[in-house]
Amino acid sequence: MAKVEFLGPLNRETIEVELKSLNDLKNIFKEDKELQEWLEICAVAVNDTLVCSLDTKIESGDKISLLPPVCGG
Amino acid sequence: MSLELHDGPLHVEEITNRWFNEMRDKNFGAYIPFIGIVRDEQGISGLSFDIYEPILESWFQDWQKKAKAEGAYLLMAHSRGDVPNHTSSYISAVVSPQRKVALKFINDFVEDFKASAPIWKYDLIDGKRVYAKTRSTALKGAGLLK
Repeated sequence: MAKVEFLGPLNRETIEVELKSLNDLKNIFKEDKELQEWLEICAVAVNDTLVCSLDTKIESGDKISLLPPVCGG
Repeated sequence: MSLELHDGPLHVEEITNRWFNEMRDKNFGAYIPFIGIVRDEQGISGLSFDIYEPILESWFQDWQKKAKAEGAYLLMAHSRGDVPNHTSSYISAVVSPQRKVALKFINDFVEDFKASAPIWKYDLIDGKRVYAKTRSTALKGAGLLK
């Protein structure tokens, strides 16, 4: 199982899901209408590194983070 | 190193004086701090912040390496949680042998901080946190899962 955490204003509980790649996560989220507008603007990190490919492989125990737009300072 | 996070508003005098005292015998000729102050605007009583520390730490260390390559050194402090109007939520500073390097670095560093540091800002309005969505910047690779 991989952990998926929803950071900052997403304000949702962490979930655990069975995945082989980020593409699988995209398919799981298709059912979640409320999340769709966030997915357009969220970046994705795997084990605390930002990633840019849906082919990114996911292993059991990996941590996936969804990061909404930022504004520090 | 030299990234510090504090709950609530920053104690500006303590932090900037401590940094100055830590750095003044290291033979840097310039110490250039930037202090962000929360403005009273659009009916807010302050700002509030969430921070994702693991990525903030690696982002900061990447910048520290760039600074080191120029003979400079970076320091940064940021608030977590609520920060009232007219107090400070953010301080960064660059020390370097020469002024010109430090002035350029503080500008480049703060610009990238705004665009890349994993920190989320909320307006405090009537005691509630309202995500500052329109003032926020999407991170690199955003929209991957849409």
